[in-house]
Amino acid sequence: MSLTPYIVLSAILFTIGCVGVLTRRNAIVVFMCVELMLNASNLALVTFAKQHGNLDGQIAAFFVMVVAAAEVVVGLAIIMTIFRSRRSASVDDANLLKY
Amino acid sequence: MTAFWILAPIMVLAALGILFVRKAVHAALLLAIVMIGLAVLYAVLEAPFLFAVQIIVYTGAILMLFLFVLMLVGVDASDSVVETLKGQRALALGTGVVLGMLLVTAATQASLGVARGLGDVNADGNIQGLANIMFSRYVFAFEVTSALLITAALGAMVLAHRERLEPRESQASVARQRMRDYADTGKPLGPLPSPGVFARHNAVDTPALLPDGTVADASISRVLAARGSVRSAPALAENIEDIERQLAGGSPVVGQRAGADAPPQEPERASRNPDPTGEDQ
Repeated sequence: MSLTPYIVLSAILFTIGCVGVLTRRNAIVVFMCVELMLNASNLALVTFAKQHGNLDGQIAAFFVMVVAAAEVVVGLAIIMTIFRSRRSASVDDANLLKY
Repeated sequence: MTAFWILAPIMVLAALGILFVRKAVHAALLLAIVMIGLAVLYAVLEAPFLFAVQIIVYTGAILMLFLFVLMLVGVDASDSVVETLKGQRALALGTGVVLGMLLVTAATQASLGVARGLGDVNADGNIQGLANIMFSRYVFAFEVTSALLITAALGAMVLAHRERLEPRESQASVARQRMRDYADTGKPLGPLPSPGVFARHNAVDTPALLPDGTVADASISRVLAARGSVRSAPALAENIEDIERQLAGGSPVVGQRAGADAPPQEPERASRNPDPTGEDQ
């Protein structure tokens, strides 16, 4: 049994997450798309763990989950802070650092 | 593989849905579908520990955090459709398609061969195997993770903290402000008058009557007034034959509906009246 379909699914999910980050304007949805990309890479890691017969891939996926949790906490706090001062969760409105 | 072929189309469709749905809450729910599907795939791929962690941490904690912030920020904060950069959306879609084709081609061209499987390393149990590696070879990364988590918790606290710029309102200051309002504008000191309580009708949508028979506008909620669903007590009282039918033992449900239907103009006039004053309350 080949595990290629799992890798293909992971690639598709990663691509969808990528396009979502580029096209969506709501900062929270952009964050969800980042989560989707992290999850897709996790699927690849777990698949390769099974492919090679050792658990290192699963450990890596576990660490990715931990980092994702920390990233979501800080990111959502930033979004809330921006929303408090700008009354908007759109990534286009946060452009004060541009000039 | 059966689970995979059932779940994979559902997950891809849900992920595509995240790109196209209008409301952020729907995107969060679709993301939950993808994550639960991934959890099942982990179970199929002989990773029971990650299966549990995926459901508990991702679907349970992270998605709940997303929904929590969505509710704080406001559910109606939907995407703007205005493009800041011209043609960015189309370019992003094109790039995404190219990237997807590249990745899929690379994945299908590589010959993975037969999977070795985790039967040997999982012989003592998946969690024991993971713990053996994590607390030997990856113990430093594990320790660093704790520092990362503490930093994240501190960062969230610092970012979400808000300084109180004005002193907290106490009961005494509220009372003083009320007296000042009464002195300045004549705003009544006591609570607002309650809605009308009548023999046949004591609902919140019937305004109280003042001693001279006029309607007390402040006695109805301004939400009801704005919705136009305020009834007029005099109009209900004038419907004499309905009252007589009820007194004679008729069905009160029919009587009430007739009473509400009979004066169509009256309630509208009564509801339009309180609007200007209702705004000030």
